[in-house]
Amino acid sequence: MTGDRTTFPTDDTFVSTGVIDSGAQPDRGRHAAVPGEPLLTVSDLRVQFTRGGRRINAVNGLSYEMVPGKMMAIIGESGSGKSVSSRALMGLLPGTAKISGSIRFDGRELIGLDEKELRKLRGGDIAMVFQDPARSLNPTMKIGSQITEAVRAHSDLDKKGAHARAVELLRLVRLPAPERRFHEYPHQLSGGMRQRVMIAIALAGEPRLLIADEATTALDVTTQAQIMELLVELRERLGMAVIMISHDLGLAASYAEDVVVMYAGQAVEHAPVRTLFSNVRMPYTRALLGAIPALDREPHSMLPVTPGQPPDLSALPKGCPFRPRCSNATDKCLEHPPFLEHEPDHWWACWNPAGTELDTAPEITAALTPASATEAAHHSEHDRPEDEGVAR
Amino acid sequence: MTAVEERQQGLPAAPRTPLLKARNLVQEFPVRGAGGVRGGVVHAVSNVSFDVYPGETLGVVGETGSGKSTLARSVIQAPRPKSGEVEFQGKDLMKLRRRDLKQARRQMQMVYQDPFGSLNPRWRIAELVEEPLIGYGEGNATSRKKRVEELLDLVGLDPSQYAKRRPHEISGGQCQRVAIARAIALDPALVICDEAVSSLDVLIQAQVLNLFEKLRRELNLSYLFIAHDLALVKQVSDRVAVMYLGQLAEIGPAEGIYRQPLHPYTSALLDSIPRIDPATGRANKPVSLPGEPPSPVDPPSGCRFRTRCPRAQTKCAEEEPQLVELLPSHQVACHFPLTMAEDELPPRPGGATQAAPTPVTSVA
Repeated sequence: MTGDRTTFPTDDTFVSTGVIDSGAQPDRGRHAAVPGEPLLTVSDLRVQFTRGGRRINAVNGLSYEMVPGKMMAIIGESGSGKSVSSRALMGLLPGTAKISGSIRFDGRELIGLDEKELRKLRGGDIAMVFQDPARSLNPTMKIGSQITEAVRAHSDLDKKGAHARAVELLRLVRLPAPERRFHEYPHQLSGGMRQRVMIAIALAGEPRLLIADEATTALDVTTQAQIMELLVELRERLGMAVIMISHDLGLAASYAEDVVVMYAGQAVEHAPVRTLFSNVRMPYTRALLGAIPALDREPHSMLPVTPGQPPDLSALPKGCPFRPRCSNATDKCLEHPPFLEHEPDHWWACWNPAGTELDTAPEITAALTPASATEAAHHSEHDRPEDEGVAR
Repeated sequence: MTAVEERQQGLPAAPRTPLLKARNLVQEFPVRGAGGVRGGVVHAVSNVSFDVYPGETLGVVGETGSGKSTLARSVIQAPRPKSGEVEFQGKDLMKLRRRDLKQARRQMQMVYQDPFGSLNPRWRIAELVEEPLIGYGEGNATSRKKRVEELLDLVGLDPSQYAKRRPHEISGGQCQRVAIARAIALDPALVICDEAVSSLDVLIQAQVLNLFEKLRRELNLSYLFIAHDLALVKQVSDRVAVMYLGQLAEIGPAEGIYRQPLHPYTSALLDSIPRIDPATGRANKPVSLPGEPPSPVDPPSGCRFRTRCPRAQTKCAEEEPQLVELLPSHQVACHFPLTMAEDELPPRPGGATQAAPTPVTSVA
């Protein structure tokens, strides 16, 4: 068993396992990242699907930058375009999707890249971990062969070398008893262990960017903490950038350094995590924060309510997409608010942000009176236009 | 909210008769091993007792596989538990015949997690809400129609807009409102919510939670509120029961469980929740609980949590802890509860220990 070895030379590269030589040679023979340069620049990304004659605007002008080694969270509700936009990075969208804008990864434009190049990139420089490990793994294959497959797809290792590397990867993701688990099938593992295997597969290509798409959503809260700790540790050790996509603001606040909040396919607020949560400017972000059942709230207290539903992506409202649900909305909001860096490192897209004189929303800590809260919810639901049906 | 608070503080004062009384509930399912030969038994619920009082919400939290859904199903006798007692409104459900059970179930309704899965996609909203009324032979077509409109109004759906729609024409949150309208159609005393808001987005979830709260006040409902999210459960509950591997680890007032958890598992659960302090924008760093829950087919001897417990001693493997009331109406099943200081524990070979219940540290 060669499992105890941590590094081994191959024909042309020196494979780092990250176990001992913690990110000592992050470039590994590929393009070295220029310090200070963003690893990933997404600008004005738009994705449009056509379904049943209706045009669905899944992503509407998303822009952000990411420097190497950062952990960034993209937060949003279902249908906010957080998953679609990250799938666009990987070229994983169906051919029917119309993609425009620009995604530059390491100085290379990814939109319009041919399939052959994309294949090299996927699982190589950019890897992804999905929400449901049970469905992402092949139930008829032993986990060992699934990892070995990924290892061999991205390196010139022979069978034996790939096997050793696969066991090392399992050890890297702290799967207990990796040599034994190597020969087991996915159904023999628990959800948390399966997600560890998925992460091992993602790491097989030594990615520089790992996208974790709701990677812990299906897991229990105690297991979630384990997997997040693992991701944080691996990021530091391997020096990769991580984009975590989540609907959970609390999770983002606890682990990410940067947070992008998305609504209706657009970034509406983007800031370092501390800045964002101590100085929320976008009314939508504030609504999200206020709606989380917090442990320090009184039992039976009413939650502050944001009326209505997320907009229909095939018929977006004029101007700011959050306008129909926003308590700060004015006539000005009929004009689309630009997404600008209003304060250093703090971007938002709002005409009447929180903390200005037009700000009418209640403080998130102040509980609404029960009657008015439910009333607001009702009326707005009644007022909703007829065609807003299928929102989820 | 001070009135509510005060009422909770004085909770055990009035010797009220419980609406639902479960004693020593046991539910087990046989499983087949590889090839269908070697059988085992899943100990889904083992010896669980609890009460739900009129107008009260009892929250049940636990991880996947802790038996919380099985517990709910045992209460409504679908399927009947293996042993134990379920007394609901003074009737022993375990002994009821099928027809009497149907009448008893009229007073206890369920709301499930998947709003689309629990509604027939081919039916209109009005028909879906009318179904329970027909099932129990309520009124005639005209009075039922009126009642359906009343119910839809109550859950915040405009009957003129929504009555004629089908489930796929409305959103998940609205589907859940329809499911709630069905549940309250027969004026039940108890509504069992099994992860009823878990699949909803946070803003919609807040709307539905407020709806539950409004109905509780207006209709004087009792809830058995099951969820995996401790913060969510605490939001709606008077009392909270924490389940681990088919057993109750701790049961007590919602505030008490949060302010002073007694069981190491509850404390670990609290520590692993990521949360933000809205005032400062600082987040806590969740502390993970090592290991995975053991298999319910072959639970550990003694205390079932001992394999992951930072305070485990040899006694924990030998003797099964029983629920003991350590604080007023706050029971815990642990040999070495958290009221016992670290240094009072018998010495044991080194190892990590669980610190204060809520260490709030900032993000790096």
